[in-house]
This record gives sequence, C-alpha cells and structure tokens, in this order.
Amino acid sequence: MTVLLLAETHQGRLATDAVARTLSALAPLGEVHVLVAAGDGAEAAREAASLKGVAKVLLAEGESLRHGLAEPAAALVASLASEYRHIAAPATAFARNILPRVAALLNVMVLSDVIAVHGADSFDRPVYAGNAVQTVESTDPVVVLTVRTSVFGAVGRQEPAPVETVAAVADPGLSVWIEDAAVVSERPELASARIVVSGGRGVGSKENFDAIIRLADKMGAAVGASRAAVDLGYAPNDWQVGQTGKVVAPDLYLAVGISGAIQHLAGMKDSKVIVAINKDEDAPIFKVADYALVGDLFSIVPELMGKL
Amino acid sequence: MKILVPVKRVVDYNVKVRVRTDGSGVELANVKMSMNPFDEIAVEEAVRLKERGVASEIVVVSIGVQQAKDTLRTALAMGADRAILVDATSDVNRDIEPLAVARLLSRIVEAERPDLVIAGKQAIDNDMNATGQMLAGLLGWGQATFASKIEIADGRAVVTREVDGGLQTIGVKLPAVVTVDLRLNEPRYVSLPSIMKAKKKPLEDRTAAELDVDVTPRLKIVRTVEPAQRVAGVRVASVDELVDKLKTQAGVL
Ligand SMILES: Cc1cc2nc3c(=O)[nH]c(=O)nc-3n(C[C@H](O)[C@H](O)[C@H](O)COP(=O)(O)OP(=O)(O)OC[C@H]3O[C@@H](n4cnc5c(N)ncnc54)[C@H](O)[C@@H]3O)c2cc1C
Ligand SMILES: Cc1cc2nc3c(=O)[nH]c(=O)nc-3n(C[C@H](O)[C@H](O)[C@H](O)COP(=O)(O)OP(=O)(O)OC[C@H]3O[C@@H](n4cnc5c(N)ncnc54)[C@H](O)[C@@H]3O)c2cc1C
Repeated sequence: MTVLLLAETHQGRLATDAVARTLSALAPLGEVHVLVAAGDGAEAAREAASLKGVAKVLLAEGESLRHGLAEPAAALVASLASEYRHIAAPATAFARNILPRVAALLNVMVLSDVIAVHGADSFDRPVYAGNAVQTVESTDPVVVLTVRTSVFGAVGRQEPAPVETVAAVADPGLSVWIEDAAVVSERPELASARIVVSGGRGVGSKENFDAIIRLADKMGAAVGASRAAVDLGYAPNDWQVGQTGKVVAPDLYLAVGISGAIQHLAGMKDSKVIVAINKDEDAPIFKVADYALVGDLFSIVPELMGKL
Repeated sequence: MKILVPVKRVVDYNVKVRVRTDGSGVELANVKMSMNPFDEIAVEEAVRLKERGVASEIVVVSIGVQQAKDTLRTALAMGADRAILVDATSDVNRDIEPLAVARLLSRIVEAERPDLVIAGKQAIDNDMNATGQMLAGLLGWGQATFASKIEIADGRAVVTREVDGGLQTIGVKLPAVVTVDLRLNEPRYVSLPSIMKAKKKPLEDRTAAELDVDVTPRLKIVRTVEPAQRVAGVRVASVDELVDKLKTQAGVL
C-alpha cells in the first residue's frame, strides 16, 4: 500500500512544516511518495526527499503548475492515481482547492481535515465547527484525504530518498493566473507558530492593531485575528483564525478583545495554553481560557509589553 | 447570462449542536435550520450580478429533504427567479455526500446549461469544502474557489481568492464554478413583500432516482462523539500575576 502526498510549494520552496506534519499523520498507512508539482521544483523536491518517511519524490515541472491552479494540478494527480491506495495533502487552501477535484475525477469521496488515522479506511474528522468528531470508514477503492496539520507533530530528517521526474499533463487552459497579493512576513507562520497573539473587534482600529503586532513581535509570535477584526480591515484575511480561517494549536494562544464565538473557538481551542484578555467578565472566551484577565486591553497590552 | 446557485439547508450557525449520547450523530430534531451562510452570500452575489445587468436568470437548487423548500423560498425572496428541489432522502438526519450532490448538480447543469455556478465554499455542518470543486471536476469546467471578489467580462470571470498567503487573482473561462468566501458581500435581509412574492415563483420537484444518480454514501459514519471539553482555568488579578503564571506554572514563556 502506497500513499501519494501532494506537497505545497511557494515560489519553488517547499512548505516543509505542513508536509512534515502530514507525513507523521500518514505514518500508519505505509510507504509515502511525495509529489512536488511546481514551476521550478528541484529545490523543493530535494527538501522533501530528506523528510523522514518519504520513500520517493516525484517531481513534475511545468508552467501550468507554477501558481497552484486547480485544473492542471488535479489532472496530474489523477493521472498518477492508479498506483496508489491513498492520496493525501495538508488541509491548506492550496490542497482544499485541488483534492476534491481529484476525488471527483476518480469518482470517489474526499475526506477533509482528518485529525486521526485509525487504519487504511478509518479516520476521525471534526464536523459542526469542531463541536462533534466523526469516525468514518471509507468504502472507496482510493481514499482521498486532507490532514489537519495542527494536531500532528513534524517528522524528522533522513538520508535523502530518490527523486524521479514525471511528466506534467497538458494544460487544459481553463484558468489563468493573474496575480498574487501575498503578504511577505518575517514573522513565524500562523499554522506552525509556538505562540499566537490574536486581536478582535475590541482592539478598535487598524492603528490600535499595531499594538497587537508589536506585542506578537516582542514574544516571537505569529499574529492572528477574529473574523470581525478582518472584516473591519484591522488585519489581512490570511490572519483569520476559526472555522473558516486557519486552525491553530500553539503552545500559547493569547486572545485580546475577542469574545469567543463558536466559529472562532473552532480554530484555537486545541491550543495548549489559552490566555484571554477581555473587559467583559462574562465573555465566552473565558470558558476555554486557562488564564483569564478581566480588564481594559488598552492598559493591559502596554503593561504586558513592558513586563515581558 | 444564466447563473445556477446550489443552496444547502443546515443547522443555523447560532445553534450549538448536541451530540447524541449513543454516538449515532447530532441532534437535529427541533433544531433551527437555515440556509448555509456561504450560500446566502452566493445567492446575494448572483442577485447583484442580475441587478447590474450581467446576469439574466438565477436558478437555485437544493438537494436533500422536502423541508429544503423553505431554504429555496428564502433564496427566491432574495431575488432568485426559479428553484429546483432534488428530493434525495426523506430522512432529515441523512446528509447527502458532496460527491453525490456534485453528480446530481452536474445533471441539473446539463439540463439548465448555466454559464456560471456560484456555490458556497463550505457547508457549516460538515465543513467538507468540496462540492464546488467536485462539480467543476465532473463537468471538466474551470474553478475559482474561496472568492472575495468576482468580475465578469469577455467570457471569463476574474476572481480574487482568499488563500493561505493572502490573496490570489485568477481568470477562469466561462462556463465555470466559483465558490464564495465570507468577505465577498453582505447578504440582504428579505422583506415581507418579497417573501410573499417569492411564493408565486416557480419551484420544480425532481428526484435523485429520476436523475439516475446513486446517492448511497461512500463514507460510513461509525460514530459521532463530543470532542474533549476544555475547562475554564483561573482568573488572574494583574499583568504581573499573568506573566508569573505563564513562566512558572504553564512554562510557556
Ligand atoms: C459562517 C460563519 C463563519 C465564521 N467564521 C469565523 C472564523 O473563522 N473566525 C472568527 O473569528 N469568526 C468567525 N465567524 C464570526 C463569529 O461568529 C464572530 O462574529 C466573531 O468571531 C466575533 O469577533 P470578535 O470576538 O473579535 O468580536 P466581538 O464578538 O464583537 O467581541 C469583541 C470583544 O472585545 C471585548 N472588548 C471590547 N473592548 C475591549 C477593551 N477595551 N478591552 C478588552 N476587551 C474589550 C468585548 O468585551 C468583546 O468580548 C463566523 C461567522 C459565521 C456566520
Ligand atoms: C446529520 C448528518 C448525517 C449524516 N449521515 C451520513 C451518512 O449516513 N452517511 C454518510 O456517508 N455521510 C453522512 N453525513 C455526512 C455527509 O454526507 C457529508 O460529509 C457532507 O455532506 C459534507 O459536505 P458538506 O455538506 O459539508 O458540503 P460542502 O462541500 O462543504 O458544501 C459546499 C457547497 O456545496 C453546495 N451544497 C452542498 N450540499 C448541498 C445540497 N445538499 N444541496 C444544494 N447545495 C449543496 C452549497 O453551495 C455548499 O455551500 C451526515 C451528515 C450529517 C450532518
């Protein structure tokens, strides 16, 4: 039984942390081949080959694969599928776009956001914004799944596995890339940071949100936000934590001026330690917080800056 | 231009679902049901495209139980022109998997020949985030998922997508499937007169059997449990106490 893992790359660089965590989730399923599909993927392929548990790397390069467009990538994965029992990827926006299309091309279901692997056909996944966990058994000949990386640790390194080149399939020409407005940042990535500092509507303005960012920088943390903070323009969309944003599970999650709606909790309630700062002592966030500090964030945040 | 919008009836987003103690699923009897919030955004976008003169007709489709007609009526009140209910089960506790939904939708698409399908990016009950991509795959159409902006011009849709690193803009040839994210628009409230007017709009009944799609699930749900609950921790009185606890007790600083 072999697993095909679709790796994500950004401008030729492997999303190493996401791939390494997915590899540890897939460990019970057998040998893993990693597919690197990119414009220029040689460096990413070498990186993937040295991750523990990888038996082989397949490298497909082509112009149509440069920007992660779904149609050429899904056609490529589907063309390789007959050799595999499982097709997997981390549950990132990149793979969520592609793998359901692959599943449809293979006439099988897709399992999104797997949080536990019990066996070749048996998996756990959260439903209803994480308010219930389902154990499901697949009856499909090929199981297509995405993995919630925040619940798995990253695998280590190994002597590099072989890299084999595979041909990209012809570009169906259904869509074209126009531009990426990517926010380049020196901060740790939200999905893998050890500490996350998040701000909500309570922060009050984009200018005030700078204080949240400075606090995060001081703590070496990634910055997160509630949907309200993103909708109001305090923070960019890719900082949103929650049911429809990113799911994080850092060692420390600091929620500032966030009420704790179910949809926000869905994205952070598996954090090891949760700290909440809120002026409303009945805020629902306090029900999940390990340390609750009731008070005005405008005095607490500067004081905290000074004392760290 | 004709637009097809699939809308799903789900547990209202304000309801905190309860897991049945026997592990058989979540309690859906007597729970408030609403249109999936992402689908409201999809309907709203279609209606705005019609108001701008870009679209000429909006057809909404729901797949599931007869009660989904309420959801379709809401979409009609928002401004859709026609509705189709595909009866796929009589059991309100039974959800139809995205693959089967996508296959049924592909049959409807073959008959209706829309230029654009606008779906939600995910349904908030199962959070599968799959149906639109699957439909595009089955039809061999282009897809643009997680849209926060849609522009239609010259036979293509230019779509800004919310992705992990920020925003990506792509152009996709029509016909295509677009799935929508939360920041695309704010759906209108439906007024009483529009609800009354919607009652006269056509609502067609179809069945999965007559569309010749097997809706037997591919995934067997073995059990549904409540996740481990967090318990509330302690109140700290000051920033000093917080910093101290994080250093000495929690060991995270
Ligand atoms: C389909 C759907 C999906 C959603 N997905 C997400 C998601 O992925 N992520 C997400 O976050 N939300 C999501 N939401 C939105 C969610 O329901 C809430 O509306 C949102 O999380 C609220 O954000 P907030 O806590 O910042 O704002 P509010 O609920 O307005 O809370 C602000 C808090 O700040 C506190 N505050 C105000 N001033 C101060 C001060 N000076 N000092 C200290 N505290 C202060 C207040 O007491 C309050 O508790 C979704 C909603 C829907 C319908
Ligand atoms: C109570 C309950 C019982 C279940 N029982 C079973 C079972 O017995 N066996 C089993 O295998 N699975 C079962 N499931 C799981 C279920 O079949 C799928 O996992 C689920 O449908 C996942 O997809 P989604 O609705 O999240 O779709 P997504 O792919 O997240 O939906 C995206 C978009 O597709 C469109 N869409 C989706 N569904 C419809 C629809 N029905 N009509 C119109 N448009 C739609 C909407 O535009 C929606 O926004 C059950 C689920 C529930 C809640």
